Amino acid sequence: MNSALRFAILLAALVFTWLAWSGLFKPLLLGLGVVAVSLTLWLSARMGLLRREVFALDLTPRMFGFWAGLLVDIVKSNFVVARIILSPSLPISPCMIRLQPPLPGQVGRATLANCITLTPSTVTVDAHRGVFLVHCLTRESARETLDSDIGERLHRALGDR
Amino acid sequence: MSWLDWVSAVLATGGGLFVLVGGIGALRMPDLYTRMHASSLTDTLGSMLILLALALQAGVSLATLKLGAIGLFLLFTSPISSYALGNAALLSGHEPVGERLDGEGGE
Amino acid sequence: MLTGAVVAIAVTMLLALVRALLGPSVYDRVLAVNMFGTKTVLLLAIVAFVAGRDDYLDLALAYALINFIGVLAVLEFFHQRKFGHVPQVANGSDLQPPENEATPSEREP
Repeated sequence: MNSALRFAILLAALVFTWLAWSGLFKPLLLGLGVVAVSLTLWLSARMGLLRREVFALDLTPRMFGFWAGLLVDIVKSNFVVARIILSPSLPISPCMIRLQPPLPGQVGRATLANCITLTPSTVTVDAHRGVFLVHCLTRESARETLDSDIGERLHRALGDR
Repeated sequence: MSWLDWVSAVLATGGGLFVLVGGIGALRMPDLYTRMHASSLTDTLGSMLILLALALQAGVSLATLKLGAIGLFLLFTSPISSYALGNAALLSGHEPVGERLDGEGGE
Repeated sequence: MLTGAVVAIAVTMLLALVRALLGPSVYDRVLAVNMFGTKTVLLLAIVAFVAGRDDYLDLALAYALINFIGVLAVLEFFHQRKFGHVPQVANGSDLQPPENEATPSEREP
């Protein structure tokens, strides 16, 4: 995907968002929309969001598969944490683990860190220099996070980004 | 009430239960980092279920699109603010209770 | 039909306020305020349906945005103890991690 195509996709997404949210087609609002879309495109290009490694809108079927798997993980660990909170003895065994993510790129690491945080019972508290410091609610969740193949799945979905 | 209303009511009540459990957890947990786990409970399944119930009520419409946008936005921002909070607390010397397991391996 | 969800959200907002008052650290309070904000977003979305006014959904989205930016700003403030610190950002080159910064484990005594 070349850079002109990435620009066109972002432009289409922004125009659609503006029209869907305002729902009005008066000249003033359309003019404001043109200004807002141009400003956003310029800022995105200036921030480097249109570079191949960073651009997030080229969705592949594999990425959707990864999100679906993540959703299953989130639902499962939601039930685990809810049971822990509701049990009278509060059976937690908090611990910190150090995790070396199997991802070469910055985008992949950032995504993985956020996915780990999004799953209840694990929170990434530090991701400096590609080593994650993950706080886990129980020893079991720590063990599961260390054994999990979510990093490899993300690597397959994202490539070397 | 049609069956869609029933499904929607069940989803909304289930989401409300998860939100409530998260709130109770935020009070019961012993320190900041464990409270963050309880808070992420309300941010993920709680909001997802409630927004899904509302989307079922709205049907195929602009409101469903907006509900989806709200849900996606919450799912994208909640880990980022959790990370910012945990990282700021860690850098300021806030020590978590419990021990630190190092390395890939073991207990 | 939505009564259960509304009651649960309202009670959770109260619990979050209790946590914000109890503290003990400033980070606990920020966490509680963040929770309160997220619950406000959900409540606004429900109000949009109960009142039959779809424009409340726009308010909910705007509130989610403000809540997110607000929490980051407060954390940045407590980190720096002042606003106005400008990080070096130029054309996305901030994606490369600075080499001379210590990791937290190195900073610990």
